[in-house]
Amino acid sequence: MTTQHALTEYLLRLGDSNIILAQRLCEWIGHAPVLEEELALGNVALDLFGQARSWLEYAAQLQGEGRSADDLVFGRNEREYRNLLISEQSNGNYADTLARQYLFDAWHYYLLQALQHSTDEQVAAIAAKGLKEVTYHLRRSSAWIKRLGDGTEESHQKMQQAIDDIWTYSGEMMMTDAIDAPLVAAGIVPDMTAITAQWQAHVSTTLTEATLCCPAQDSYMQRGGKQGLHGEQLGFLLAEMQFLPRAYPDAVW
Amino acid sequence: MYAQLVDTGVKRVKTLDEMAPQERHFQEKIDADIKIEAKNWMPEAYRRTLIRQMSQHAHSEIVGMLPEKNWLTRAPNLKRKLQLLAKIQDEAGHGLYLYSAVETLGADRDEELEKLHSGEVKYSSIFNYPSRSWADMGTIGWLVDGAAIVNQVVLQRTSYGPYSRAMIRICKEESFHQRQGYQILLEMMHNGTEEQKAMVQDSINRFWWPSLMMFGPHDSDSPNSAQSMQWKIKRMSNDDLRQRFIDQTIPQLELLGCTVPDPELKWNEERGHYDFGAIDWSEFYSVLKGNGPCNRERLKTRRDAYDNGAWVREAAHAYAKKQQQEAA
Repeated sequence: MTTQHALTEYLLRLGDSNIILAQRLCEWIGHAPVLEEELALGNVALDLFGQARSWLEYAAQLQGEGRSADDLVFGRNEREYRNLLISEQSNGNYADTLARQYLFDAWHYYLLQALQHSTDEQVAAIAAKGLKEVTYHLRRSSAWIKRLGDGTEESHQKMQQAIDDIWTYSGEMMMTDAIDAPLVAAGIVPDMTAITAQWQAHVSTTLTEATLCCPAQDSYMQRGGKQGLHGEQLGFLLAEMQFLPRAYPDAVW
Repeated sequence: MYAQLVDTGVKRVKTLDEMAPQERHFQEKIDADIKIEAKNWMPEAYRRTLIRQMSQHAHSEIVGMLPEKNWLTRAPNLKRKLQLLAKIQDEAGHGLYLYSAVETLGADRDEELEKLHSGEVKYSSIFNYPSRSWADMGTIGWLVDGAAIVNQVVLQRTSYGPYSRAMIRICKEESFHQRQGYQILLEMMHNGTEEQKAMVQDSINRFWWPSLMMFGPHDSDSPNSAQSMQWKIKRMSNDDLRQRFIDQTIPQLELLGCTVPDPELKWNEERGHYDFGAIDWSEFYSVLKGNGPCNRERLKTRRDAYDNGAWVREAAHAYAKKQQQEAA
């Protein structure tokens, strides 16, 4: 595999994870528990869409087939999507949404922190810009984990349940495969060992402060999203998201 | 206009001579265009009217997120999706400004929300119409926000300082989104397929009359306007605002290459204004009474969001309390 091909795949994974998670957050709009959260959810989604666009534009450029970020978002089916499984999990209740967000944000934060030192200038630039946003995302989601974990008896139970339920999808964020190896060797992307340790430390500290139990780090972890093997919900999400350009292929918007 | 029917509770407008000294002093300030501020004395009816109007306005921002959210997950490309999301986010922000402004009058945001949920306080009738196609995102931006802006530009000079300042801030953001809405339609009309053009025209056909209704009933059927005008809460009458909106919108419509569903619309050289056909007021009152196509659904969505979020708000309160106790 050439480095360029590997990087394209890596960018798709990043971009798709952002897109799918942002799309999930959009589903909350108008339904959030409080007005300030409507704003925050929209804010985070907006950031993630923006980052996704940057990653996917770069991926399209590397592909060199004249495709745009939009072509990638609206023209690929679920077998071609490369997002992490955690990002496609349905919203559930507010604790489910925040558990998903927090575990993702913590990973995202440390990953972008490393990627801003990438030997690939464009990767470094996109990561540096994204990191500012993700720093805010992580501050917000970790604060909510504590609020709900250490709030009322009911919120504590819901938060613990949410963490337990989503946990099996967290491991994939740290897993590597043949795509990563040449990129790590070229200094384009970081080795996941250090990031895994940082992520684990952040998560176990936050959960402890939130009076929650941290599930075992060596629990069985689901995988497949990065290879295009998704859960059953992604097809529905894409059907909704891609409806217009699919129904009106000749249209300009 | 996001607050269409506000009862001032006042039967007849008093003259200065009929007023007690405090009230006369208040009215003289208003007449001199001096803004009323939160700590100033004000007639109870002025306070109540403002709370009603501003909370209606705030509720409209919040309920108004729903018809647009409808297409957020289906926006046709990333650029449009980002624009729409930014717009909806701004609406939540406008709601926040307005609730803050309402609270300067001694009202409570949660209590006002309860009144919305119980149906005691209304929101703009326009948001009871469904968004059926992507073109509606353009039309809502162009016509609905356009109508709101015509009203809000005038409200920048409203007599209550906090309301006036909220309008100044809101108008800046709103005008930007209105142009983006118009851009959506321009793109579809000038570069789109025949199907897309039909989509735009259909959307205008559905939203034209409801947009005109946003300005509220005719002046002759608007008994509370006189008091609102004397207090300078309102600065222009419903009919004048509606006329202004039509006059400035028709050239934009022509640039799109679209028509309005009004055979009587015609330029009147003598008046220097467009003449237009009769509004179906039975529909207007029916929607206000709760019988528009989406009234039930919109209110239920807001109520469910609030109810389902109760445990989250309770948790936040409980946590904040614990943090305070620890700090003490």
